[in-house]
Amino acid sequence: MWQFITKRFGLMLLTTLCLSFIVFFLTNLQPNLVKLAKTEAGIRMTDDQVVSWLGDRGYNQPLLLRYGEWLGVVPGYVHTSEEGVTRGRCISPHVEDTPTYCGLLQGTLGNSTIFNVSVGKAVSTRLGLTGILMFWVMIVMIPMALIIGILAGMREGSRTDRTLSTVAIGFTATPEYISGVILSVIFASRLVFDERFLLPSSQSAMENMNFSNFALPVITMVLYGMGYIARMTRASMAEVMTAQYIRTAKLKGVSFPNIVLKHALRNALIAPFTVIMLQFPWLLTGVVIVETLFNYKGFGWLLVMAADGNDVELLLSCSLVAVLVVLVTQLISDIGYVFLNPRIRVNS
Amino acid sequence: MTTLTWLEIVIQILLQFTPVWIAMALTFAVSYYFRDKLGIYGRLFDTYTGGIGFALVVFWLFTAIFADLIITFDPIDQLSGMRKKIPGTIVPDTFNAYLLGGDLMGRDVFSRMVMGSRIVLSIAPAATIFAFMVGITLGLPAGFYGKKLDTILSFIANLVLAFPVILLFYLLVNPAIRSTGIPVAIAAVLFLFPIIFFAVLFQSRYYVQSNKRNIYVGLTLLLGFWAYSGLAFNQDPLQLLGLEPIFYMDPNLLNIFVSVVFVNAPTVFRIVRGLTMDIKTRDYVAAAQTRGEGAWFVMLWEILPNARGPLIVDFCLRIGYTTILLGTLGFFGLGVSPESPDWGMTINEGRKLLAYFPHMAIPPALALLSLVLGLNLLGDGLREQSLKD
Repeated sequence: MWQFITKRFGLMLLTTLCLSFIVFFLTNLQPNLVKLAKTEAGIRMTDDQVVSWLGDRGYNQPLLLRYGEWLGVVPGYVHTSEEGVTRGRCISPHVEDTPTYCGLLQGTLGNSTIFNVSVGKAVSTRLGLTGILMFWVMIVMIPMALIIGILAGMREGSRTDRTLSTVAIGFTATPEYISGVILSVIFASRLVFDERFLLPSSQSAMENMNFSNFALPVITMVLYGMGYIARMTRASMAEVMTAQYIRTAKLKGVSFPNIVLKHALRNALIAPFTVIMLQFPWLLTGVVIVETLFNYKGFGWLLVMAADGNDVELLLSCSLVAVLVVLVTQLISDIGYVFLNPRIRVNS
Repeated sequence: MTTLTWLEIVIQILLQFTPVWIAMALTFAVSYYFRDKLGIYGRLFDTYTGGIGFALVVFWLFTAIFADLIITFDPIDQLSGMRKKIPGTIVPDTFNAYLLGGDLMGRDVFSRMVMGSRIVLSIAPAATIFAFMVGITLGLPAGFYGKKLDTILSFIANLVLAFPVILLFYLLVNPAIRSTGIPVAIAAVLFLFPIIFFAVLFQSRYYVQSNKRNIYVGLTLLLGFWAYSGLAFNQDPLQLLGLEPIFYMDPNLLNIFVSVVFVNAPTVFRIVRGLTMDIKTRDYVAAAQTRGEGAWFVMLWEILPNARGPLIVDFCLRIGYTTILLGTLGFFGLGVSPESPDWGMTINEGRKLLAYFPHMAIPPALALLSLVLGLNLLGDGLREQSLKD
C-alpha cells in the first residue's frame, strides 16, 4: 500500500513539474511579455523600449533559466539598468538582505501586477472565498445527487427510474451559463414573479453571506454537477441490485428498504465516491463561470482577471493551484478507491 | 410602433420553421417505415427518450441546413430603431416583425439564434470527429501493445486531462498565441491523424491486393494532404494556381477548433484504450492472429468494429459536450468573431441586461440547452439499445 502511495505521489510530482513548465512556457511567450510591458509602462512604447524594459526585469534570459528561477533552484537574476537602477527577482524595496534563491520552493511566487500585492496573498484570499462556495455546493449537491441516483437505480426500468434519469440528463445538458441566466430571470427579476426572491449579484456575499445573495451561485453549480453524479450513482446502484447477494437477501425475506439500506447502499457508493472526487476539475470551470456571472470575487474571478490583464506571475500561480487541485483529488480518489473496495488489490 | 401578440409570434415562428417541419416529417416517416431494417437506429424509436432526443437533434440539423430560408432578417444587420425592442415589434416600413425582439445593437434575435445553429453544427461534430481520429489512432496501439508505449501515451493524456479546461482555453485561445504559430503547430500534428488513420486502415486490409491498395491509399493521401495543407497551414494548392481555395480555415476558427480537439482527444484515447484492452482477449482476435493477420489489421478491422457501440454513444455525448465548450468559449468572449451570432457570445451579451430585457439571452440559451439535451437523450437511447444486443 505504501509503495503504491509513494509511486502515485512521485508520478504526481512529475506531472506537476511538466504541467507547470507548460504553463510557464505559454504564459511567458514573447507576445504575452510585450503585452505585459505595454500595459505596465504605457501603450506607446517603442520596440526598443519594450526590449530594454523586459531586459531590466530579467525577462530576456533563456526560458529554462527563468523557469529555474521561478522554481527556486537557480539564483534569482540581478540586473543593473543603464540608469543605474538595480533590480532583481529577490530584491524587494523594503527588505535589506536579499536571499539568493526565491521561487516556488522558498514560498515566493512573485508580485501581481494588476493588484499590486504578492501573488501568494492574492491567491489565498480568493481561494478562501471560493472554498466557502465549494463547501456549500458540496453540502447541497452530494446528498441530492446520491438520493436521486439511489432512488432511480434501486428499481431499474421503473417509472421513478425513467423520470429521475431524464431529469438527471436534463441537468447535465444545462451548463452553468444557461441555468444561471434562466434562474436569474425567474428568481432575481420581477419578470416571472412579482417579487424578487434572490439577489442577482453575490458581491455582498463576500462580507455578509445570506440565503438571498448566495443561493443563486450555489444552485447554478449544483444543478450541472448533480446530473452526472446522479447518473453514475444510478448505474452503480442498478448493477449492485442485480448481484447474487441481493437475490439471496430477497429470498431470505429481508424487506426492500432493508435490502437497499443495509445490503446495496455500501457497495453502490464506491463508484460515486470516485466520480465525486473527479468532479473537482469540472467544478473549477463552473466556478469560473458562476463567479463571473454572479460577480463573486473568488478564485475563478481571479483567474479571469489574471488572464485578461496579462498578469503573468498571477496567472502562473493560479494555474498551478488549479492543476494541483486536480492532481490531489485524483490521488485521493485512487487511494480512497482501494480503501473502500477491498476486492481491489494493489500489486506491490 | 405596433407589436404582435404572443400568440401571433408563436404562430409566425412555427410558420418560419416550415422547411424544417417538412424535412423532419419526411425523415421520421421514412425511418419509421423501414425501422425493422435499420438495426439499432430503427429501434431508437421504441423508447420515448431516444425518439425525443433524435427529434431535437434532427430539428437543429435541419434548422442549420435551411437557416437561409428560416431567418426573417440578416443576422448581422443593425437597425438602430430596433435596439432592445420587445419580441414581436414590427420593423418600420416593412410588414415583418422582430419575432424575438432586437438586441443591444438592433439586430434580430430570432435570426441570430437560427444562424447560430449553423456555427455550432459546423464546428462541434467536425471537432468531435477529429478528436475521435486522434483518440482511436493512439488508443488502439496503446491498448493493444501496452508496456512502454502505453505508459508514455497515457502519461501525456493524463497531463492534458489534468489541465482544467477553462485554463487551457485561456492559455490557448487568444490573439497573442495565434501570432506565435502555436495553434498552427498543434493543428499540424492533430490534423495528421485522420490521414494516418485512413491510410493505415486501407493499407492493412488491401496490402495483398496491390491495385486496390494503390487506389485507396493514393486517394487518401492525395485528398488528405490537400485538405491538410489548406486547413492547417492555410495554403490550399489551388491558391498557388490562382484559384479559390476549397479548404480554408479562418485563423481564429482554427485556434478554437484545435483547442476543442485537443481537450477532447485524451478522453477518447482513454476510452479506446480501455475497450481495446478488454476486446484483445477475445477469441476472434486470437483467431485473426493465428490466421497471420498483421497487428494493425487486428486493431482496425477486428477490434475497432467490435468497440463501436460504446464509441457511438460517446460520440453523441461528446458532440453535446463540445457544444457546451463552444458556448463556454463564447461566454468568455473567446468566440469565433465578435459579429457572429454564436450562441455563447449572444448569451454573454444578453446577460448584462437580463433583469430588464431577458429576450436577448433566453432564446440562444434555450437553443443550446435543447440541442445538448437532444444529443444526451439520443446518446442515452443508443446506450440502452446497444446494451440489449
